Amino acid sequence: MRTSRRQFLKVSAAAALFPMPAIAQGAGPRVVVIGGGFAGATAARFMKSGNSAATVTLVEASPTFTACPFSNTVLAGMRPLTDQQFGYDKIAASGVTVVIQPATAVDAQGKSVTLGNGTRLPYDRLIMAPGIDLRWDGLPGYDEKAAEVMPHAWKASEQTALLRKQLESMQDGGTVAIVAPANPFRCPPGPYERASLIAHYLKASKPKSKLLILDAKDAFSKQRLFQNAWKELYPNLEWVSLSQGGKVTSVDPAAKTLKTDFSEHKVDVANVIPPQRAGAIAQQAGVADRTGWCPIDASTFESKLVPNIHVIGDAAIMGGMPKSAFSANAQAKFCATAVTAMLAGQKPAEPRLINTCYSLIAPDYGITVAGVYKPTDGVLADVQGAGGVSPIDAPKSNRELEAQFAEGWFKTITGEVFG
Amino acid sequence: MTRLTAVLAFVLSVAAAHAADAPPGAASCSGCHASSASVQTPVPPIKGRPAADIESQMAEFKTGKRPGTIMDRIAKGFTDEETRAIAAWYAAQK
Repeated sequence: MRTSRRQFLKVSAAAALFPMPAIAQGAGPRVVVIGGGFAGATAARFMKSGNSAATVTLVEASPTFTACPFSNTVLAGMRPLTDQQFGYDKIAASGVTVVIQPATAVDAQGKSVTLGNGTRLPYDRLIMAPGIDLRWDGLPGYDEKAAEVMPHAWKASEQTALLRKQLESMQDGGTVAIVAPANPFRCPPGPYERASLIAHYLKASKPKSKLLILDAKDAFSKQRLFQNAWKELYPNLEWVSLSQGGKVTSVDPAAKTLKTDFSEHKVDVANVIPPQRAGAIAQQAGVADRTGWCPIDASTFESKLVPNIHVIGDAAIMGGMPKSAFSANAQAKFCATAVTAMLAGQKPAEPRLINTCYSLIAPDYGITVAGVYKPTDGVLADVQGAGGVSPIDAPKSNRELEAQFAEGWFKTITGEVFG
Repeated sequence: MTRLTAVLAFVLSVAAAHAADAPPGAASCSGCHASSASVQTPVPPIKGRPAADIESQMAEFKTGKRPGTIMDRIAKGFTDEETRAIAAWYAAQK
């Protein structure tokens, strides 16, 4: 089989008829996508719709996807967790082979992916969108067991439900702490949107309670917008920056304490967002570097470390682009066209990507950050003069509009990916 | 189907897909501007709208003539030529 295939390749290459990489067993090229989040599910879907002859397989461990964007509204009791959940039926109906199995190994030499049940999936090109893993070695005292007491809720689902339950059971007058990590991490404005919406819930339901953000940074996304709104809406919310001693150095789940360099905070509810890295399969495949994240070619999103593997979404080092669902979706759509071109032996067009991140400070108070990106000196960089955050002095009507658009965005993007 | 015809079919399908390929940046728009009419959102659709409409709106966002919540910031990321290509592509989408 191997020999005859190689001979065939030689013949067609000699005839200069067809580009070599597109030739696969069976009909059309084989593309495997690992990870069914915003990046992976989008990539699989657009890969298939862009070239029906390709065999596209989406590998995902869980039959139900729980979206992180908007999950902070679940914590605030604004909507049920089920509104965040999506299945893969429509993606399967669009012609993508959906396999609900964990990917356990990537053989980059042999170009195949091994699944939890032992199945081997050969590929011509692999798109990896493994998302994040929490670094259980990143914060002393914080491991998987500790997360059952001090939820991270940074991968939505059970953890979101657990944190919501803790907030609901807390007595009025209690203290909630959010531990925010250093950069880079999934969803840069996420901890601050979360703080806002939890504060919104506390203000209405437990007004004597306090909310503390213990931060390993001195600056964060949309900072002035958040801080101005907090001053106006949430006097019980306190942000402790790195230079004010906010960095948590260890946690004790049994005692419900959070230790910083100078003090110890005893709290009632602790939401610990630990340091992160690319999903474990990225380390196994060899596409992650020493930082734990995946360096990519800014023009093709192909791994800089392993050929024929593309990495998109939160796992990838995307230059100026933040780790957001909008970014992941935009990267995936470009990646699908790039992979299609490369399989046909063509050079992909240059990427031009947009990111838009909505954050809610209250149900009727939305803010955004946006950016336009293109490869510049080998890195995906901001197009100068474009992008930025919502105006600092915008009228209330603007914040209301952005809150409405936020919800519209969520419906639109989940509709495009899963609907 | 023989392997040769399968490969030929793929190469042709790619060529066809490329002819219809979105210009740089266009694919990102559908993150907010729904491709499907069934999505309930206050964000207006752009698919199938006249190219001249999209182009003039983008120009007004870019210059600040039309106030926007976010499009003023995004429009500035594209040259007039790039915007024209995106507008033409969306206008042609059914």
